[in-house]
Amino acid sequence: MANAVEIEGVSKVFRLYQEKYTSLKERVIKAGKIPFQEFYALRDVNINVEEGTSIGLLGHNGSGKSTLLKCIAGIIQPTSGQIRVKGRVSAMLEVGAGFHPELSGRDNIYLSATLLGVPVKEITARFDEIVAFSELGAFIDNQVKYYSTGMYARLGFAVAVNVDPDILLVDEVLAVGDENFQRKCIERIRVFQKEGRTIVFVSHSPDLVRATCEQAYVLDHGIVVGAGDTGSAIAALRDSLQANSQVGGTRIVDGSPEDEKPEAVHAVASVEVTSVRAVTASEESREHIFPHDPLKLEIGYRANSPTTGVGVAVQIFTPGKELLFGANTREMGIQSFDLDSDGVIEINFDDLAVLDGIYGVSVTLLDSSGNPLSWLEDRAAFQVVNTSRVSGIVALPFSINSYSVPRLSN
Amino acid sequence: MLDWQSAEEEGGEAPAKRESRDSLHVVASRIPVRARIVRIWVYRALLLSLVRKELSVKYKNSVLGFAWSMLNPALTLVVYYIVFQIVFKNGIPQFAIFLLCGLVIWNFFSASLTGATSSVVANAGIVKKVAFPREVLPLASVGSSLVFLFLQTIVLVIALAIGRDVPAFTYLPLLIPALIDLVLLASALAIFLAAVNVYYRDTQHLLEILLMAWFWATPVVYAYEVLAAPLGRHHIGWAFFVNPVTAIVITFQRILYAKVSPVVAGGAVMKILPSNSPAWYLGQLAIVFVVSAVLFVLALMVFGRIEGNFAEEL
Repeated sequence: MANAVEIEGVSKVFRLYQEKYTSLKERVIKAGKIPFQEFYALRDVNINVEEGTSIGLLGHNGSGKSTLLKCIAGIIQPTSGQIRVKGRVSAMLEVGAGFHPELSGRDNIYLSATLLGVPVKEITARFDEIVAFSELGAFIDNQVKYYSTGMYARLGFAVAVNVDPDILLVDEVLAVGDENFQRKCIERIRVFQKEGRTIVFVSHSPDLVRATCEQAYVLDHGIVVGAGDTGSAIAALRDSLQANSQVGGTRIVDGSPEDEKPEAVHAVASVEVTSVRAVTASEESREHIFPHDPLKLEIGYRANSPTTGVGVAVQIFTPGKELLFGANTREMGIQSFDLDSDGVIEINFDDLAVLDGIYGVSVTLLDSSGNPLSWLEDRAAFQVVNTSRVSGIVALPFSINSYSVPRLSN
Repeated sequence: MLDWQSAEEEGGEAPAKRESRDSLHVVASRIPVRARIVRIWVYRALLLSLVRKELSVKYKNSVLGFAWSMLNPALTLVVYYIVFQIVFKNGIPQFAIFLLCGLVIWNFFSASLTGATSSVVANAGIVKKVAFPREVLPLASVGSSLVFLFLQTIVLVIALAIGRDVPAFTYLPLLIPALIDLVLLASALAIFLAAVNVYYRDTQHLLEILLMAWFWATPVVYAYEVLAAPLGRHHIGWAFFVNPVTAIVITFQRILYAKVSPVVAGGAVMKILPSNSPAWYLGQLAIVFVVSAVLFVLALMVFGRIEGNFAEEL
């Protein structure tokens, strides 16, 4: 199949000035001696995205993932290399970018759709669809400045997804808006996937990428450090995060310094997860468990140096790779562990109310300030075999009964 | 958080696989001028909706609204009329119409450039978040000024009708090349200024002073021949045409004001405009056209050269 996006040897260099001189006088006075550092936001990135696939771009803050997305969108140009994009691109970097507050919702639909390069005829044809999707109804003729944040976001999203893009670029816009709106966004993205559109999705949330994308690329300091199916890419992300933690120090900001502040990471992997085992509590050794069986997770660790205040985070993933359950002792306020030798941490589930499938587990050890020390991903998968006639993911306890209600007579 | 099941259902059974478009778009550090012009053409709908936006936003929340676009030159006219006709007694017959011919041109020119210079900076929000040919922003400001030019020309035509003045019909076809020159020249400078202003915010302040000097170097409030005669005596008559706006303004005056050397009070003959043939005017306009076209291409090159860092510099 043809490639929808071909990224060839793309590098992007930012000049970081100690101070910005934007007036002529300052430039003349400081000519030739403006101090700056060259900073590679992207370094020789090569990615091909096949038509009709969904890929995720993962990375921590400052890894260059947003910069790459902006390059694909054509908002910024790479310093070297080139990107070939086939078809119409709709970039959702910010919901409602390009709206003018003084104009009505109606005028803004035309304005922002033409910004995306859509012919007026096409907008007129889709106009009702856009209004319906935005659920604005009669408010469409009000000035946008009177809209609530939610209305604004809905209209922006409605325009972005209704311009019939071949390629949809999504930055973490989904982080805004209420749950209902998020759900709507995700559903729309799924429809797009089925229709064979190409989606590039930038996120630092592995869960969201796991749920939406087949393939993922991991960026670290502007270099692609991991690629492949989502599961292995996420493992690469964890590794790159771990590598960074061990080195410590301050990270450099990427393309949009105003919304991403550098964060300092100081951590030493003093404790490592060595193994995770799912153990069925029943006597007979079986390959699988049944719904409502107890399950024990045994987390083996190695303490390289005595560490106090260690917390544990555990996540269980559904067969569909979505997060089924997550618990974090730090967030829950459960007492932390002081580890000074090798050992095992046990997590007991008394009643695992899940139905059919192979479930994945990931375990993370956290230091006393909540930063990850070490983790294992997707290991110790356990299988649940459902012998009853219900279907789904969760084995909800339920009962059914019937009783008669006397009919009211006049 | 994400409910796969319900998404499956609401997504419908099997949405038809759709064919992707084949249009290829290349993002690279250098894009040739021809490709840039093609892209601007592709985005012409955006240009129109930006012009519409500028027009509808400009006089929003003002009581008189669009009337301002006519009131503004009318009031300027009154001031100049008082100063030059009554105080200085420059003696140009039907001075109001003469003045209006030059003023509508100049207003267009100066409004285009002033608006365009700050256009990219003012639209930082979309420049940072949406991909589109950024040249459209300064061009939109030329476009909205063009609408005001037409509105003000209506005022001029009404003034002509009231004064029972007849335009020079043999020169009338020159209106078209003159307008093309004007728009091309303004667009070239607009694109250049918009790009430079991103890096040097002094540009907008510098432009104010420059436009003021430029205005007085253009025969708008005084007659062309008033300055051309002394320049000609020093054999630097061409100097007047270094300013490309001169040729455009005198063409407009020749067409609409149409008085080359009227007899003024006292029986004397006053030379106002060059008494040359339409061909001479057309020749002047042709030179301006070539100059403007070259400037336009240069402006696109400059714009393209520094556009890559707009999103970071804003």
